[in-house]
Parts: sequence; C-alpha cells; structure tokens
Amino acid sequence: MPNAADRVFKALADPTRRALFERLARDGDHTVHALTESAGVSQPMVSKHLSALKRARLVRHRRNGRETHYSARQEALAPLVDWIGNYGAFWQNKLDLLGDVLERMDK
Amino acid sequence: MTTPNTTPDTRSVIVEKEFPHAPEKVWRALTEGPLIEQWLMKNDFQPVAGHAFQLRMDPVPHWNGVVDCQVVTVDPGKTLSYSWGALGLDSVVTFTLTPTAAGTHLRVEQSGFRPDQEAAYKGANYGWKSFLGNLEPVVAGLE
Repeated sequence: MPNAADRVFKALADPTRRALFERLARDGDHTVHALTESAGVSQPMVSKHLSALKRARLVRHRRNGRETHYSARQEALAPLVDWIGNYGAFWQNKLDLLGDVLERMDK
Repeated sequence: MTTPNTTPDTRSVIVEKEFPHAPEKVWRALTEGPLIEQWLMKNDFQPVAGHAFQLRMDPVPHWNGVVDCQVVTVDPGKTLSYSWGALGLDSVVTFTLTPTAAGTHLRVEQSGFRPDQEAAYKGANYGWKSFLGNLEPVVAGLE
C-alpha cells in the first residue's frame, strides 16, 4: 500500500491529470462535461483521470442532479510540502555541520 | 525553516543561521573544495561563474549520490549561487552572507520546487527518501 505522498506524486506525474487538478485548484469546481471541453481528451479518459485523482485524495466530488461536480482538495498537497520541508531539514543539518567546520578552521 | 513562496509555480526553502565568524571565513568554507567536503559533500567546486561541478555522496538505493551543479553567481564574501540538479529536482541554491556585530548571518535559499510534476514524482521514486533517510550516517561519516 503506497503512502499518501507516493499517491500524490504518482497522480500528479501525469500531465493530463496535473492539468485537470490545476484547473480545479484555480477555478473552483467543474463538471466532468466542462472539464472534458478543455482537456483535449475524451470524456471517458477525463473520468478515468479524475478517478485517479480521487484515489490520491486530490479531488472530491458531489452529485448535483445528473451532473457530478469535482473540486480540488488543496490540503492533499501536504505530503509534497513535507517533501520540500525535508530539504529544509537537510540544509539545517548541513549548516550545523558548517558551524563545526568554522570552529575547527585556523586551529 | 520557512516556505514563504506559496504561489503554485515554485516554492523555496530558506534556512538561516548566524555564525560567530567573519564573512571572509564563512566564504572560505563555502568555496574551498576540501572545506565544502567537510560539511556538505565531496566535490570539484571552483568559485568561477559557469563552472560545472558535482557534489557526491555515497550511493544509496535508487540513487547514485550525485548532484549536478553549475556555478551561477560568485560575489566574494557576499553571494554564491549554483544550480542543483538531483533526484528529479531542478533548483538553484543561493548563499547570502551579511556581516553582523557578532559575525555573519548566512541565508541559504533553495528555489525551484514545483508543486506538480515529474520532479517530485521522480524524487519520490528514485531515492529521495533514501537520500534524506541516510542523512545521519552521512553526517557521521563526515566527522
């Protein structure tokens, strides 16, 4: 079972899914129909990609009559922020070492 | 550590630290290969704009341990920046030194984290976890 970060990374690695997610994040919720018009792929493909985004918990959906509306769950990007945060931890660690090196220099 | 840039395009990591040492001394530790190796990684760094070099640590599973870099800015005693390409991440690291009453304030900014794409996914797949997970042994090995 992949962890949350793996799912998010994997879902966003695909350019079509990324474009769908970015559109939802930018413009608020959309129906599959509206998304298909701008996605450049067929409606079944859009639905398939939306399912993948849903599995990664990047989007949520609600039914409204016969239409399904999708919207972005921006909080799902948290694992990505953690990934970036790891680099912060990396540099913090390195600067501590740099401090030690500076202490040792010229001795 | 902060991630102040929250636009969806790119994000930065900023780490700051103050050292009780003159900027000239900190600059040496940032720009002399044998000193860089003691706190960062093995390298063939030269403080010359345009110089391509590598930072190397011991290989870990799914990653050969190499960071591909190219010097962008060299402003002695003040600013050093170089590109940092590794694990699918295409970024720039900038070191900014500011003299203080007690010594030197050093600001490190790594910019170019994009919250979308292959970069993050490749990083996830090809070993960033090992890279970061193995930080402690690497640190110990430097001592």
